[in-house]
Formats: sequence, C-alpha cells, structure tokens
Amino acid sequence: MSLETELSPVYGDAFVTGQIGDARTLVPILASDSPSSYIVSLVFNGLVKYDKNVELTGDLAESWDIEERGLVIVFHLRKGVKWHDGYPFTARDVKFTYECLIDPDIPTPYSGDFRMIKAVEIIDDYTLKVTYKEPFAPGLTSWGMPIMPEHILKGHNLLTTDFARNPVGTGPYKFKRWKTGERIDLVSNHGYFEHRPYIDRYIYRVIPDTATMFLELETFGIDSMSLTPLQYTRQTDTPFFRKRFQKFKYPMFVYTFMAYNLKDKKFKDKTVRRALNYAVDKNEIINGALLGQGRIATGQFVPESWAFNPEVKPYPFDPEKAKGMLGEAGWNDSDADGWLDKNGEKFEFTIIINQGNDTRRMAAEIIQRRLKDIGVKVNIRVLEWSVFINEFVNKKRFEALIMGWGLGREPDCFDIFHSSKTRTGEFNFITYSNPEVDRLLVEGRRTFDRSERKKIYREIHRILYEDQPYMFLYIPDALVAVNSRFQGIEASPIGIAYNFIDWWVPKDKQRFKY
Amino acid sequence: MARYIIRRVLQIIPILLGITIISFAVIHLAPGKPTDLMLQLNPKIEYEAREKLERIYGLDKPLYAQYFDWLKKLMRLDFGNSFTDNRPVIDKIFERLPVTLLINFLAMAVILIFSIPIGVKSAVKRGSFFDKVMTVLVFIGFAAPGFWLALLLMSFFGVRLGILPVSGIVSLDFENFTLSHKTVDLLRHLILPVSVASIGGVAGISRYMRQSMLGVISQDYIRTARAKGLSERTVIHKHALRNALLPIITILGLSIPALISGSVILETIFGIPGMGRLMVEAVFTRDYNVVMAGLVISAFLTLAGNLIADIAYVYADPRIRYDKISRPVR
Amino acid sequence: MTKKLLRNKLTLFGAGIILLLVLIAVFAPYITKYDPTCINIQDALLRPSLEHPFGTDSLGRDLFTRIIYASRIALLIGFVAVGLAAAIGVFFGSVAGYFGGKIDSAIMRFADVMLCFPAFFLILAVIAVVGPGIFNIMVVIGLTSWMGMARLIRAEILSLKTRDYVLASRSLGASNFFIITKHLIPNGIGPVLVSLIFGVAGAILTEAGLSFIGLGVQPPDPSWGNILMEGKAVMGAGWWVILFPGLAILITVLAFNLFGEGLRDALNPGKS
Repeated sequence: MSLETELSPVYGDAFVTGQIGDARTLVPILASDSPSSYIVSLVFNGLVKYDKNVELTGDLAESWDIEERGLVIVFHLRKGVKWHDGYPFTARDVKFTYECLIDPDIPTPYSGDFRMIKAVEIIDDYTLKVTYKEPFAPGLTSWGMPIMPEHILKGHNLLTTDFARNPVGTGPYKFKRWKTGERIDLVSNHGYFEHRPYIDRYIYRVIPDTATMFLELETFGIDSMSLTPLQYTRQTDTPFFRKRFQKFKYPMFVYTFMAYNLKDKKFKDKTVRRALNYAVDKNEIINGALLGQGRIATGQFVPESWAFNPEVKPYPFDPEKAKGMLGEAGWNDSDADGWLDKNGEKFEFTIIINQGNDTRRMAAEIIQRRLKDIGVKVNIRVLEWSVFINEFVNKKRFEALIMGWGLGREPDCFDIFHSSKTRTGEFNFITYSNPEVDRLLVEGRRTFDRSERKKIYREIHRILYEDQPYMFLYIPDALVAVNSRFQGIEASPIGIAYNFIDWWVPKDKQRFKY
Repeated sequence: MARYIIRRVLQIIPILLGITIISFAVIHLAPGKPTDLMLQLNPKIEYEAREKLERIYGLDKPLYAQYFDWLKKLMRLDFGNSFTDNRPVIDKIFERLPVTLLINFLAMAVILIFSIPIGVKSAVKRGSFFDKVMTVLVFIGFAAPGFWLALLLMSFFGVRLGILPVSGIVSLDFENFTLSHKTVDLLRHLILPVSVASIGGVAGISRYMRQSMLGVISQDYIRTARAKGLSERTVIHKHALRNALLPIITILGLSIPALISGSVILETIFGIPGMGRLMVEAVFTRDYNVVMAGLVISAFLTLAGNLIADIAYVYADPRIRYDKISRPVR
Repeated sequence: MTKKLLRNKLTLFGAGIILLLVLIAVFAPYITKYDPTCINIQDALLRPSLEHPFGTDSLGRDLFTRIIYASRIALLIGFVAVGLAAAIGVFFGSVAGYFGGKIDSAIMRFADVMLCFPAFFLILAVIAVVGPGIFNIMVVIGLTSWMGMARLIRAEILSLKTRDYVLASRSLGASNFFIITKHLIPNGIGPVLVSLIFGVAGAILTEAGLSFIGLGVQPPDPSWGNILMEGKAVMGAGWWVILFPGLAILITVLAFNLFGEGLRDALNPGKS
C-alpha cells in the first residue's frame, strides 16, 4: 500500500463507464430513456437540483422566491454562465425551453407538470417569473428540467435537428463525439460555473452484455459499472478486487411491486389481496433475488423520503393466515386437487413480466412457488417490453404483473393512484379508486407547507398498504463498483454521481493521458 | 445465356415485391408500436405525448396506406427514417455495415483456408486417424453453442491470460494510434469474434468438401488419370480438386446475403456494433423502417447471390456449358 | 446399408448417445429425486458435491435434475419442430417434383421467397409476434425450416419418377397419390432423414439462441438454453451453471451430427 502524497485534487485522466444501452437523442426534453438522460445530465443543467441531503438547491438558478402562497415562483438566475459555444445564458433560454415543453407539436414526455403553468414572464435577463394556475407543490422540482439554448434551437424541429447528436449545453462536460452503438465521448468544460471538473474526459462505453461488462471491469477496460447483487456479493470479494476497486451501496428511489388488475373478479376483494400478501415471504425474495441487497417495500415511498410512514409495518410471512383469509373469501379446495377453488373455478392467474430483468423473473418464480404452497396456481409469462406495455399494460389485458416505479424525490403520485388516471396509456392501469386517497392526492399537490404535506402523504402510505392495490415487494440497493484510483467519492442518499466534478485521480495513478 | 440472365433478373422484381408485402404484414402484426418505447413508463410522462408522436410518424394511418407510402419512398431508394432516433435508415445501416462485412469476410477467408485442405485430406485419406479426428474436432466446434464458446474464450484469453481484449472493436485511445498500430489493434480485437464465427463454417464446408471430393475421386476419369501414370499429387490437385470445388462455388454464391448479416448473439457478447444488433433491436423497438430495409436488402442479395451462383456454376462446369443446357438444374 | 452404418465407430457413438439421451429423458423422475422447480434460497449456488453432482443454481435448485428434465424439452422441441418441417417439406417437395411444370415453379418460388429471410431473424420476428413458449417455438421452427427438405425430396423424386417400376405402376392404374406415397417417398426419403437428424441438432441450438434473447422456453420450465443464460449471469460465482448445460448441448448436438453424417455416408457412398 503506497501512501498518498498528494492530498489535493489535480486535473487529468478519464473516467470510463460501461452501460448496456446506447443513447437515442441528446435533446433534453426528448430524452426519455436512461442512457440518453445519463449523458444529458452531464451536458446540461436545470434551474434546480437535489443536493446530497435530498433537498432542492440551485443549479442555474441562484435562488428563488415563492410568492402568493405558491401561485408564483420568481427565479433569480446565475449570472455569467456561458453555453459551451461561448454564448451567454439568460432567462430567454428558460422561457424558450418552457415553450418547447408545452408545444403541442413536440412529443416531449415531460410536459405534464408544465401544463399547470399559466404564464412565464421574463422580468430581465436574469429574472424569471412563473405563475401557476393553482398552487402546485411539485412544480419546483419540475424545474430540474435541463435548459436548452434558444440561440441554437429556435426555429429548429427538435425531432430532426443535428443537435440531437451534437448537443450544446451549460453543463460540466462538453460533447465531443458519438460513435453509434459503441461510445460517447465528453470533455470537461473548463469554464463551468461551479468549477472546472478535475476529470478531463468522460467516456461512455456501450457494452450490451452484463457478463462481458464484468470481464471488462476486471481487465480495466472500464472504470465503473452497476453490479448485480450476485456480482456485488460473490464475485467482488477477492483481494484483487478489493485492492483495485471501491464498492458503493446506496438505496435507490425505486420499488418493485406486483400489480393486480382490480377489474378482475378474483382480485376485487380486498381480503384476497391482503391474504396473498401474507402468503409471500418478501425476505425470501430479497435474499433470493437480491442476495440480501435490498429492503422490503411497504408503499409508494422509500425510507429516505420525508413522505415515508415508518409506522406502516410489512405483514409477516404467514401462509396459514393467508389460507384462512382466502377461506373466508370463499376460496377452498373443495375438490381436493391441491388448488383452491370457488364456484367451480380454480384460483389460477398469470403474472406477466418484461423480458431482460433477472431479478423480477426470480421474484416471480418465488411468488409462484409460495402461492403454490397455499393452493393458488400461478403461471409466468415473459414478454418483450414493447408487447408488455402496449398489449398488456395499456390495454389492461392482464391479471397480475410485476414492475417497478422509479420515483422522483417529489412524493406526488397523483398520476399513479388517482381514479381519473385510468385512460389507455395512463398510469393507474390497475383501475384503483379510493375517494379518500383521491382527496388526499389533490390536497398534497396544493399544499406547500412541508409538515402539512408530510401528514397527507403518510396517510396515503398507510391507506395504500391496507388496500393492497399492489403487493409491494422490495426496494433494491444500487450497487456500484468504481476503480480505486478515483478520489473524492462520497455515497449519499442520492447516489455518488452528484459530486462527479469533485472526483480526481492522483497524478501517478492516471491512466489516460492525451 | 443473355436471355436467361435477363429473364432471371426480371423474375426478381415480383419476388422482391412479394417479400416486402409479407415482411410488412408480419412486423405490423407484432403487437406494439415504435412509440411505446419512447415513453418508458415514467410517471411524469404524458398521455398525449404518444398520440402526438404517432401522428407525426404517420402511424395512425391505415396499414395499406403506410405500405404504399413506404413503397413510394423505396422507389427513390429512400428507406425512410428510423423511428427510434429519426435518422435516415440508410445512415444507420452504413454505420454498422463495415464492421459486419469485415468480420464476415475474415471469417469466410478463415473458413476457406482451413476447410478446403481439411476436407481434401479427409477424403483422400478416408477412414484414417486424421479423418476420424478431424470429424470429431470439427463437429465439436460446430456443436458448441456460440455464446458459450465466446464467453469461455473471452475469460481464458482476455482475463486469465490477458493477451487479447475482451470486447469492442478498437481500444479506447484508438484515435491517437499510428496507422499500423490501428491495424494491429483492430485485428487483435477481431481475433476472438472471427474465430467463434467461423467455427461452424469450417465444420460445414470441410464436410461438404470431403463429400464432394469423395464423389469426384471415385469417378472414372480419375482412375484414367491414375492409369495414365500421373503422379498422385497431380491427380488430386489438378484434376480432382478443380471439380470438387464446383459445389463450393455454389455455396459461396449462396453465402452472399449472409455477408451482411451479423450474429446478434456474438455481437452482443463481444460488444460489436454490427448489423445483427441493429436488426434485432429494431424488431424489439418495432422500428419498422429499419426492419424493412434490412429484409429488403437481404432478400435482394439472396436473389442476386443465387443468380450469380447459377451463372458461375455454368461457367465453371464445362459439362454444363458444352452440353448447351441453358438452365442448370439446381 | 445397415452393415455400413454399424461399421463406422463414430456413427455408433453418435447413435449410442442419442439412445442414452432418450432413455434419460423418459426415465428422468427415476434418475433423480429432486423436483426441478423446487426453490431453496439457502442452497443457492452450491458447488458440485455428492448431494448435488452438478451443483445448484441461483434459486437453489439441483442443477443435475434441471439438466435431465431439460433433455425432455430438447428432444421434444427437436423432434416435433423438425418433424413438422419434414412433413411440410416432404409434402411440398414431392408434389413439386412429381407434377412438375407450373406447380413445381410455384412451389419452388415460394420456397425461394422463404429462403430470402435470414433464418434466425425470421424465427425471432415471428416469436416476437406470437410470443415465446415451447409450443410456439416448435411450430415456428417447423414452419421456417422445411425448404431444405423440400428441395431434397424433390431432387430425389425428379430422378426416381422416370424409373421403370413407377411407369409400370402407373400403367397398372395406380393413382398419383399411391405412387407418391408408396413408391417415391419411401425410396427418396434417405436425404430427408439425414437432414432431419441434422435438423434436430439445429433446433436445439436455435432454442439456445432464442433463450439468449429471452424468447426461449419460459420459467420455471428448464431448457438447456435458459439454464445457460442463467449461467451467464452468475458466471464468476458458479462456473458449473454455465459449464454443464453447455456440455449437454455440445454432446447432444455432436451425437446427432455424427449419426447424421454416418447415415449420409451409408446412404450414398459415392454421390456428392
């Protein structure tokens, strides 16, 4: 072990990350897939962002004032910020981005929150006044949306513009080159308004197979990757690995669940859904599918969220109780064939999952097994994503499915649980309807006071667990390996990438010179 | 001969048309639309976004209208734009084609270099130890599932021995290399994929060669040549081999379409940005224009390849030529 | 012919393995006491031992058992898929070869069209439409691989139909159907049988390929392809999960190929 003689950051080196998918478009408001969003987050900035304590802090906006009980937000923008081509950033860029977002001819997926805005006024080059139609608490978070340059994009068709493959932003890294299907190269922005990033180059390598990716990590072809639970627990404990890599584990703002189609007569009865919850051992799923790298989910909010209700405890694993409850609901094995039945119909259903997710597949198999033990027959169907979404989720042609929600830090879940959001393609595809929850969801959006909102969302959390529209399964941990030469990494509830511009490599350990 | 060729070329057109109709129908039968993938179930994503997108891409028009739109564009050799990122399909294909072609040509070269001698020797020394060993070895290579073999080789040569790169087609600092260094780098990256890709072919072609050679050797004219006192070497190389190679020519012609197709499995494992991944990803994202372009080009090459193979066979096989049979029996 | 078959040691080896495989598939429950779908998280990824000769997989299931049961699926898919292809191919090929003329042209043109599509890609695209699953896979492979066999039987029939016994049969008043099914097909079936044997091997490899994409046999049913895929995910932590199914496929495909080759050698000793 050599002593680090350099204790202060130096510039240089490159960071190579391995990812499965390639980006699609680098126009921020059109980038809806993870790889594209990843690159966009390095090249662009929003008005606000989350800091390591999961609180909103200024990005392109230095500060803001909330006026008139939440109807108006006035943003005071940072001065002296330049686009990568040297042009100055002003409030005009923000207004331009807003106009694109609500433009009916631009198919951006993110317009929802911006439709709640009544008007955006430019007060001066660095001051912007946003007026909402009604007080809208999630609004502030939505301004984390990356801002686009008006001077380049005005008048261009965002769908066909070259900008999608050659973006210009204000962010810490500038776009250099994109070799489709292979890699994307970024270089550091020396004039970045926070400070020049220490790592000079960022290389995003597309490696479509996780087994190959791990081999690349071992041979130093990449510096970082997301580990599967298995890789994290079993393959990275060798002395070689511990010397060369640092591992990080932090909670994700994601949870996996099994959704019931509440229009299906089997699942209409709340008692049945609660019974099934007793019949499945979530710890078994976490140990089996996640190898222990995760926690039980009890609802829409993860423990790191202020909306989380710690008093909602998960049901214990109790198959006997489950059988009893199902018996009360009329499900018994009257023909002694090993399966429960009611009115001559066997209790059988199909869980659909999307292909490509091993963890969900294993979870499904475990659920299948445990429900078999209490006499419920489960079939598993794996579908490609496109078919999964279109045929089954959108058209509601399913009995049960396993999926996950990636949550923002803003707890508003109106789109998922409000009874009005049940049209084709909307997110309440289970047809859940609870008037009390509806009322609370509307309240939660209009209230700005944190302690008030806390009460509202905790109540929602409690009711949802009782109603069991989903069998809430698990919250996986993010597991990341990074080459040990990178200094300055601090894990936090929002991950490790938030302070990427502060990471650095000692001169004698740098691998990439140019 | 010329009339025959013209007749065959004209026949290609209706077949190609039929293929486009079948392809169009089949991929549109698959449930789901390209727009589904743009909206990856992010709760913040809007309901109307999908409809907007469908309108923009013309996906809301009836199928036959969409087909004719596509066909009209094809007449101008315009394959349309990809639904995933709106770039011209032709650009996306030309990005991926060079790598696939390179790998396939190299694989074909490797196959020919190995399988012809192996086949010939196995036939000449039929039943010998060499023949038996080669049979087993060659079949083992063929029987091993491609990606299994790929992973084993990658782990061994890449990780264990560390002498070959694990994946990708060039190193990270490729741009800064000299030309000769670049060539070496590229070849080093291609050794494993080409090896795995050619194993099956070596098996197939060497067996075919052996078969063909056996057939030729037993012919009368070979016995005549031997009786004339010609050396065994001349008999084999000059007379037998030339005739035994004829079917291989047919195979080469039939392999033309395969030159543009990449194995999605190998490309995924080795991280090669080739045609295989492009096409399979297009199927999964319902990127109709890319899929149709791939199928049309592949079909065209198949038909062209067949025609070339037939013509080449006629020229190579004097029996057919001199017997004035204008249409070789396939 | 049979004598020649028996003489070749490699062919016998191939046939022997195939026989062994069929026996294993049929008697699977007697060979192993474990349930192939029984999940036991605490036993996940155990090394091979006396208890578990091939180790366990990531859900604690005995790997040896899963591989044995998977042989059933492999043989099922192989024989049914290829059987279907053979049925279709023999039908089309014999009709085309016997009747000739426009019918022949039409059928062969149709086969040409089918051959224009890259094989694996076509299978993949159709599975994307109809969905994965053992039944669908068998049918799709069958529907897309008949062309080769059609060509083979057609070639045989073209040469056989001018033989004396056929002419004699016809002059005695035999119907076309009778001639085709009683004389031509049985005598011309040789190459098709060879193709069939190779086809089974191919179907097994195709299923492995489909499993790689995730469109193969679905959980919890074990197939060598999907076990191999699982093995890929746990490669560094459990070499047995990837080694054994790979070997199973290798040995099986090898056996079928050796047997097929031997059959071909025996059927036409000198013809190319």
